[in-house]
This record gives sequence, structure tokens and C-alpha cells, in this order.
Amino acid sequence: MDIMMTLALSLETAIGPIAAIYVLAAIGLNMHFGYTGLLNFGQVGFMLVGAYGVAVCVTTFGLPLWVGFCVSVLCSVVLALILGIPTLRLRADYLAISTIAVAEVLRLLYRAEFARPVTGGVYGRQSFADAFYEFNDRVGIIPPGSYGIGDVDFSADELWLMLVSWACVALALGMTAMLMRSPWGRVIKGIREDEDAVRALGKDAFTYKLQSLVLGGVFGGVAGVLIALNQGNITPDQFMPQVTFYLWAMLLLGGVGTLWGPVIGPVIMWFLLTLFDETLRSLASSGALPFLATSDSGALRHALVGIALMLLIIYRPQGLVGNRKEMLVNVK
Amino acid sequence: MSSDGIDATRTAPAAAGGPLAAVEPVPGVAKPDPILTASHIRRSFGGLTAVNVDHLEVQRGTITALIGPNGAGKSTLFNLLTGFDKPNEGTWSFQGQPLNGVAGHRVARRGMVRTFQLTKALTRLTVLENMLLAAPGQVGEGFFGAFGWWMWRRQEQANRERAMELLARFKLDAKKDDIAGSLSGGQRKLLEMARALMVNPSMVMLDEPMAGVNPALVQSLLGHITALRDEGTTVLFVEHDMDVIMGISDWIVVLAQGQVIAEGRPSDVRSDQQVIDAYLGTQHDEPQGAKTEEKP
Ligand SMILES: Nc1ncnc2c1ncn2[C@@H]1O[C@H](COP(=O)(O)OP(=O)(O)OP(=O)(O)O)[C@@H](O)[C@H]1O
Ligand SMILES: [Mg+2]
Repeated sequence: MDIMMTLALSLETAIGPIAAIYVLAAIGLNMHFGYTGLLNFGQVGFMLVGAYGVAVCVTTFGLPLWVGFCVSVLCSVVLALILGIPTLRLRADYLAISTIAVAEVLRLLYRAEFARPVTGGVYGRQSFADAFYEFNDRVGIIPPGSYGIGDVDFSADELWLMLVSWACVALALGMTAMLMRSPWGRVIKGIREDEDAVRALGKDAFTYKLQSLVLGGVFGGVAGVLIALNQGNITPDQFMPQVTFYLWAMLLLGGVGTLWGPVIGPVIMWFLLTLFDETLRSLASSGALPFLATSDSGALRHALVGIALMLLIIYRPQGLVGNRKEMLVNVK
Repeated sequence: MSSDGIDATRTAPAAAGGPLAAVEPVPGVAKPDPILTASHIRRSFGGLTAVNVDHLEVQRGTITALIGPNGAGKSTLFNLLTGFDKPNEGTWSFQGQPLNGVAGHRVARRGMVRTFQLTKALTRLTVLENMLLAAPGQVGEGFFGAFGWWMWRRQEQANRERAMELLARFKLDAKKDDIAGSLSGGQRKLLEMARALMVNPSMVMLDEPMAGVNPALVQSLLGHITALRDEGTTVLFVEHDMDVIMGISDWIVVLAQGQVIAEGRPSDVRSDQQVIDAYLGTQHDEPQGAKTEEKP
């Protein structure tokens, strides 16, 4: 495999639907942690209820896709309320523990045998996304064919999903930008700095935190819907805690508490990950590294992410687009 | 600090011929027009009773000082009255309305705004943002209102002007675009006080507002506080500097071991034997003793 192909593949991943999905979930996480200071270690839980919302509605109950989408959003809101109402009056750590636990419990519930009639248990749900692609075929927003420049190349279906995913990202970014430039955003950032001070000025910190949790959770839920549409089938075990930690790594890479950080982070991370995987695979298959089996690339990939994060925290703790001065003030 | 400096700027306490002139200087005495009334407030931490106030009234439109040795329970009393802590028992009301179980932010909205002994600047917000955040009744503060910028733009402009006026008063206007985390300790105290005033409170509760502020600025702060009172705001403040307290207060409440042991005009308190024993005592023999009083 030549270098151009590898680069093209990496670029495809970086601008493809998966990157867009991670961007959307990271924007939600940034709303939680970057702006409000809420420690959410269970963003994958929102993605899970989002993905299963459409999947279950369409396959189990035979409802139209758009109803499934509404159910997904509703499930995300409910999950945020369940997480937030008991914990947001307490110290910050309680939310952190609850999120990580609830996300994992949800995965176990969705894959449980008794849930099988509804969620499909460990086998998950299949073929619910047809209506989404048929819509494009019928309306012809992206006519059939192949699109791309050089080795970068997408099918009509892929491009249709990409279009929708990045449109969701644009919408989420626009909302975030408007909110954070408004007095609402000022209170949210104030809560991140010192909740008691904000409360002493007459602002109901609890309600603001809950609103932020719901909004960021809905972004995560919609990211889950897009995962479901992208794959056309879902299983509970793809919503492992690692997904949340990848999101955190991407957010930290891009820059916490910035508008563009959660966009830049996942895009660059996916580019690097694919580049790394592909390079390793071609080296392994060409026999240049005899001690390296193709199957080792997964473990090495995690090591790479770890090293990258370490370097980042040492040399650029504010992330790629963060403000170093603001970052250091916190240390004082 | 020289006491001449204080004399130069202080205005005569309103009590001179004011509403408190006829009030008997005994603990728990009723005032003619109390803005804040508290009864039987008790708060224990384990075995330690930090606050145990039988009755306390704060006269509207006056400057009341709350003094007492370290650990007397002043900050705890502030926390209880403003809804930041819950007492084991007790009732209290502000402007005639009961405040039992009212959350901190609601207390602030009713017009009683407090500052903290350990300053709480919102470090990664700019000085101006700190001020604007405090403005009450903002349309753009609601989640949905935030999207309608055309609705809150004018209000924001008005708030900005008011914030700049206040910042100018506290000599922070040149710093408006700096992040609050870059301010010095004293400047943060000033910012917190200015920010509290941004809420338009009918009563401000200041927990050691002068701690760490340089003497020259203390003079102008005292000027601001008396000006506040003259505009009708009630001020309750905790302070350890006796020159400041005697110079500015209309009424002084002395707390020791959680209880009100004395209250009265500065002249009454100065000559009260119990207060001298509990708090002022060592001041005449060893001036440094006033701040590091050991508990009796
Ligand atoms: N959260 C708490 N837990 C346990 N004890 C506390 C707590 N807060 C205050 N105390 C105790 O209550 C007593 C009163 O404390 P408080 O902070 O009200 O004193 P203070 O009068 O403000 O003193 P200072 O002048 O030093 O600020 C102290 O003995 C303190 O140890
Ligand atoms: Mg104190």
C-alpha cells in the first residue's frame, strides 16, 4: 500500500461520518465539562440510549424512523434527568461516579436476556436504517454514484450520511456558540469557576447544571442515532466505557472549553489513528517488521494514544486551540 | 494605619441622632425598623456549638458591624442567614418574610447578598464578565431567552454601563478585560464587593471586606460603604480592624463562642466590660493581640 493511499484513507476517516459522530458527542462532553465543569464519564451511555431509541422503535415496534429519532432524544433527556437530579446538588464527584456506573449498567441491561424481546439482547438490532437511505434515493439529494478527489472517495450513501452528520455538528456548534455568548453561557462558565459565588448572586446553579447536562446529553444521544444509521446494526457491546475515554482524549487534544476544540480533536485523532493503523498494517504485511503480527495493531494503537496524551499534557495542556493563559490561572 | 486617616473620610454614624439613638444597648434588643430578624438560631458541628443566637435584629438603613474573636461563629452565622448552611433550629426573616429553608440563590434574589471571607472570584471570566453575571433579571439568562439576542442586547448594554460605573468606583475599570484570576488578592476582594452591589441588594453582608486591602483603599472603601448606607442599603459586615469598626458602624454586635454577648453603639461597646474581656481586652496592653485573640 503506498503512502498516497494511506493518507487518502486517513483523510476519509477524518472527515467521514464516524469522525462527525465523535465530534458531536465531544461537543456534548465539552458543554458538560469544558463549560459547566461537570465530570461526565458516561457520555457513551447517552450514545447507547440514542442508538437504541431508533433501533428499537423501528425494528421492535415498527414505527417510522423519525418517531425513533424523537424517542432517542427523549431517552437522552430522561437519562440526563435521572443522572442529574439526585447528584447535581451534591459535590462534583457524585455525578462522575454515577455517570460511569449508569452508562455501564445501561449496557448490561440492554444486553440482558430478559431485555431480548425489546433490545435483541447480545445480538442487538439490525436493518432499521433502510428508510434513512431510501429517503435519499427517493428525494435524490445525493444522486447515486461515487464522489471524491483522487484516492479520497465516498459512495452516495456514505456522502448522504456524512452530510446529515456534519449538518448535526454544525447545528450543535451554532447552538453552543449562541448559548455561550449569551448571559446564559456566562452563568454556566461562572458555575464552572465557583458555584457558590454564582449562587450568592441569585442564580440557581442547580437548574443551570441540569440544563447543561440535558443539552450535552442530547448531543450524545443524536451521535448515537448517527452511529445506528451509519452501521445499520448495533450491538450493546460496542458501547463500552472506552468510547467515553476516547471522547475525553479527543476533547483534551482539541482544547477543553473552546468552541472548536471538540471539532479539531476528533478529526485529528481519527486521522492519526487511521494513519497509524494503516502504516502498521502495511509494514506488518510486507514483512518489514517480522516481530509484529497484524493483530498487535490494536494494542499499539492504545499505546500511541497514551503517549500522545502524555506529550500533550506536558507541552500543550490547554489543547490545540485552548488559551494557555486561562489554563495556567487555574493552577494558581 | 493612623486613626487620623479614618477621621478624615468617615461621615458621622447615622445613629448620632438616628433611629438607633433610643435603643437600649443590651443583647437581643428590638430595633424600631428591623430589616432582618433572627431568633433561636443554633448550629452545631458535632459537639461544637458554633452559633447559638437567641435573638438578633438588624436595623434597616444602618451599618451594623459583627465582631468577635476568631472562631466566634461570624462566618457560620452569615452562612445560616443567607441559606448557605442549615441551622439545627431557629427562625429568621428578611423584610418581614420568613427565610427558613429558602435556598441561597432565592435569598439573594430577595435582596440579601453576601460576600465570602475566602474570596470567590470567577477566575477564568474577565472582570467585566464577573460584574455582568451578577446583574439581576436578565432576559438572556434563561436557556431559551439566550437564543433571542435581539431581546437582551439593550439590557446587556445598560448592565455594561452600570458595571463600568461600579468598577470605576472600585478602581478596577482599567482591568475590565483582564481575567479575574490575574487580579491580586485585594483586588479580588474589591471585585467581589462590586459584584455584590451589581445585584442591587437592599442588604449586603460583607465577610471581612477589608482584609488584604491597602490602607489608602480602605479609606475609599469606607466611603463607599457609608455612601451605600446613605442611599438606603443596609450593611452588615464582619471586620477585625477596631479603627474601621469604631469609625464607621452605627451599631455593633459582638459574638463570642456563638452567642451575642453585647450589642450597642460604638461608644457602648467600647466600654462594655464583657466585650473587653472577650475581645478587646488585650488591645490596650498589647496592640497585636486584637487579631490573634485566644479563646477564653
Ligand atoms: N464546616 C464546619 N465543620 C466543622 N466545624 C466548623 C465548620 N465551619 C465552622 N466550624 C467551626 O465553627 C466555629 C465558628 O467558625 P466561623 O468560621 O464561623 O468563625 P468566624 O467567627 O468567622 O472566625 P474568623 O474571624 O476567624 O473568620 C469554629 O470553631 C469552626 O471551627
Ligand atoms: Mg469568618
